Amino acid sequence: MCTYLTENVGVTGSGKGAAGWFALREATVYFDHPVHAAAEHTLNIDFRDPALGPSGRVAVELTAESARALAEAITSTLASAPPGLA
Amino acid sequence: MYDGIMAETISLTGHGGDQIEAYLARPLGPGPFGSVVVIHHMPGYDAQTKEITRTFAASGYTAVCPNLYTREAPGASPDDAAATVRAAGGVPDERLVGDVGGAATFLRAMPNSNGKVGVIGYCSGGRQSFLAACSLPLDAAVDCYGAFVVGTPPEGMPLKVGPIVDLAPSLSCPLLGLFGDDDQYPSPEQVAELDKALVAAGKAHEFHSYPGAGHAFFAVNRPAYRPEAANDGWAKIWDFYGRYLSS
Repeated sequence: MCTYLTENVGVTGSGKGAAGWFALREATVYFDHPVHAAAEHTLNIDFRDPALGPSGRVAVELTAESARALAEAITSTLASAPPGLA
Repeated sequence: MYDGIMAETISLTGHGGDQIEAYLARPLGPGPFGSVVVIHHMPGYDAQTKEITRTFAASGYTAVCPNLYTREAPGASPDDAAATVRAAGGVPDERLVGDVGGAATFLRAMPNSNGKVGVIGYCSGGRQSFLAACSLPLDAAVDCYGAFVVGTPPEGMPLKVGPIVDLAPSLSCPLLGLFGDDDQYPSPEQVAELDKALVAAGKAHEFHSYPGAGHAFFAVNRPAYRPEAANDGWAKIWDFYGRYLSS
């Protein structure tokens, strides 16, 4: 199915795309058909800077299982950072 | 019979008088030919959709696929364009109708047109095919597993889609629906509800749902591809368009 589900999150940081590094402004998160991954549905994240146009994007497509593992790893990494840093 | 075709990127007048990119594939014989507007799926105006457009031309139909993402992402790769439009909330229904209407007008004006125009859409395009056929004068419509013709989208969904089953009384042409039994959106129950609404409205339609197939079973480049369902679905399309779009 096309889930249409989409979350938009404002982000601050940088990403490396086809033309090199650029500042990130938004992340679009959705669970839907991938373009490339060999799965019917994947958790997809587009890290974007809309000011750069459609190609201002770093894209990932992760299976649901690996996306959950990544989310846990992000949370635990942030939790274990020295106090005051994260 | 001469079987040459030509396929090329063109520009046509879409919603609001905007010039939009489109992919035209046409038989080179004298005709007259029926025509088809191909509505691409949510992942965009991609190589696979262009292949589908050429398939119609190879089977004797002039086919055009408007790039529904032209405005937000002119010249972008299909996946970047799809990501941009998704982030912006999707394609508004009114604009879709205007773009399909512009494509239909373009096709009717082809010198070898027989004046008949059908529409087909896949995935989100399935819903848009139904929407177009309820909003424009067309001759045949095919809905391939379009979600949210029936059924309310999940809470908080930011994209501009909503149920349109109430438009059934306005359907302007016969409708062929091709679905997978294992699909959840649209579910077999939702397909049955649409069927019921079309019966109540007295609209000609035929639905086929394939066992062992889910969403996107026509998509040859995806794990969802189901050759048996896709092959039979194509046969159903040729039969349906042969009845309603041929000269």
